[in-house]
Amino acid sequence: MKTLYLVAMGDVPKQVMEWIEHAAAEWLPVAIRRLEARVIPERAYDPKRKQYQSVEMMKMLAEMLPPDSCRLLGVTDVDLAIPMLSFLFGQAQVDGPVALISVCRLRQEFYGLRADEDVLRSRVVKEVLHELGHTFGLVHCDDPKCAMSLATHIQRVDEKDEQYCAQCGLQLLKRFSSQEAEVS
Amino acid sequence: MKKNWPILVVDDEEVMCESMAAWLREDGYRVDIAPNGQKGVELAKASDYAICFVDLKMPEGMDGIETMMEIRRVRPEASVIIITAYATVDTAIQAMKEGAQEYIVKPCNPQEISMLVSRILKLKKLQSENAILRKKLARQYRHHDIITKNPRMEEILRLTQEIASLRSTVLIRGESGTGKELVARAVHFSGNRAEKPFIVVSCAALTETLLESELFGYERGAFTGANAQARGKFELADGGTIFLDEIGDISPKLQGDLLRVLQERRFYRVGGSREVEVDARVIAATNKNLAEQVHQGRFREDLYYRLNVIEINLPPLRDRREDIPLLAEHFVQRISSELGKEISGITAPALKLLIAHDWPGNVRELENVIERAIVTCHNGVLDEQDVSWLRHKDLTAPVWEVPDVPLEELERQAIVAALERKQGNIKEASAALGIDRSTLYDKLKRYEISHRN
Ligand SMILES: [Zn+2]
Ligand SMILES: [Zn+2]
Repeated sequence: MKTLYLVAMGDVPKQVMEWIEHAAAEWLPVAIRRLEARVIPERAYDPKRKQYQSVEMMKMLAEMLPPDSCRLLGVTDVDLAIPMLSFLFGQAQVDGPVALISVCRLRQEFYGLRADEDVLRSRVVKEVLHELGHTFGLVHCDDPKCAMSLATHIQRVDEKDEQYCAQCGLQLLKRFSSQEAEVS
Repeated sequence: MKKNWPILVVDDEEVMCESMAAWLREDGYRVDIAPNGQKGVELAKASDYAICFVDLKMPEGMDGIETMMEIRRVRPEASVIIITAYATVDTAIQAMKEGAQEYIVKPCNPQEISMLVSRILKLKKLQSENAILRKKLARQYRHHDIITKNPRMEEILRLTQEIASLRSTVLIRGESGTGKELVARAVHFSGNRAEKPFIVVSCAALTETLLESELFGYERGAFTGANAQARGKFELADGGTIFLDEIGDISPKLQGDLLRVLQERRFYRVGGSREVEVDARVIAATNKNLAEQVHQGRFREDLYYRLNVIEINLPPLRDRREDIPLLAEHFVQRISSELGKEISGITAPALKLLIAHDWPGNVRELENVIERAIVTCHNGVLDEQDVSWLRHKDLTAPVWEVPDVPLEELERQAIVAALERKQGNIKEASAALGIDRSTLYDKLKRYEISHRN
């Protein structure tokens, strides 16, 4: 059985990493391991936009992919962006081994509200399911409750359930088992 | 696959291309990327992209506008979205005028772009459903865009085939609405330039300076607002055909410039010092009598002869009335399917009215009349009453006989009529009558006509 690796990029609260590990374990029958946290390289920072370039971070993740990994999920607390878009909650290679999520805009504090651990945990779980779903070939789902639906702002994240819809869940399982069959 | 619409992203910045493509792939689209305009156009030739994102500013090779125009030429159905940075919003608005569907300023909100994409694709889906139906019809007419059984028109069609592969300049004369552009297209698309661009310039629509930069392009800094070098229509038509509509309206200066291009096949961009060589066949059109304009000294004789190497005179519709039923049926089929209205044809009495009408606006007027009739038609077939307003139009046409009355009475009636038409506005009424205001006041007093201002 191959392994899903988690890695913190820069400072990420231990608690957040634990939530992620739990959520992943609940949906994917894989071994989960954490790599040692990495420092975000200077070149990923865009001083003009005061944000981090997701593309650079994804490149970094791809380079550190352990040989026995089935997926590698990066987790960061910095604000992510790409040249075209003002921000990203996360990014994933569709049907590829690497994904990245940012906790920054999942925090109530980002929107000028008081910190709320329950809200944060719920949002983190949805984002993890979403980006991992992409790595197993799922694309955006039209069901607004499904974790695979596209969220372009935080209210949309809150409208989702902490799970996949029946169709996406089934498709994920299929994809997962067919890939397991390939490697064994 | 729930979304089978391919998307193209053209940008010289690799990070921009890759990240945009990755984001769209998460949505389930097939996305291709191109690092420059040339590559983008190449890809567009091979794939039927629903949406092409094109960066406005690409320092090397084709810029965004040129890329867009080329893509739209090979894929008229594709929606082009121009990507721009803040500094160039003006140019983006220009891009919209040139046919871009939308423009977005980067970086933009994810919601904005996702809504834009789904809005465009929803429209595409509707269009493609309609298009299947329309294509069936269009196929029948593809080679018969010009519908006729008039001997003079048939002669003209034969001529277009004969001259199609020559390089000689063609001058097409005809009243407005007779289909001058259709004939020009027939010449272009039947010849060995068919694969190359066919570029249309309407000379009457633009001021002298605008037309100059439109035709010849300009260098960076040629005038305020010229932030980058731009190629003109002549350059875009290189290898192909440039269609100069309403050539009779161009200024003396441009007449000179044009003559030079025709003689030497080279020109300067506005504000430029380097000559640009171009191989574009010129087809010009006018609804004016150019020979007469030459006689009056308003059009250069040398240019006239350069343009008039091959002359085509299109007859007005009233001189080819036998084509009216054919054209009317053709428009009914095409327009009703475009509007999604089931109209089976035209009744004989309605057709009789159409044939009797004088069609000062020619084929275009006929097309408009049919469209209007289809919109208001309620019973599945175009009947007399659907075009009956044509008869009123004909009856109210100025058929005027001089009445047998004293001259003073005529003058009085003319003044009253002018005042009525101008709603009592003395200034406009006097201008219409060709007299000055004080004279009009005198006459109002004399004929005891009261007026309100
Ligand atoms: Zn779903
Ligand atoms: Zn997604």
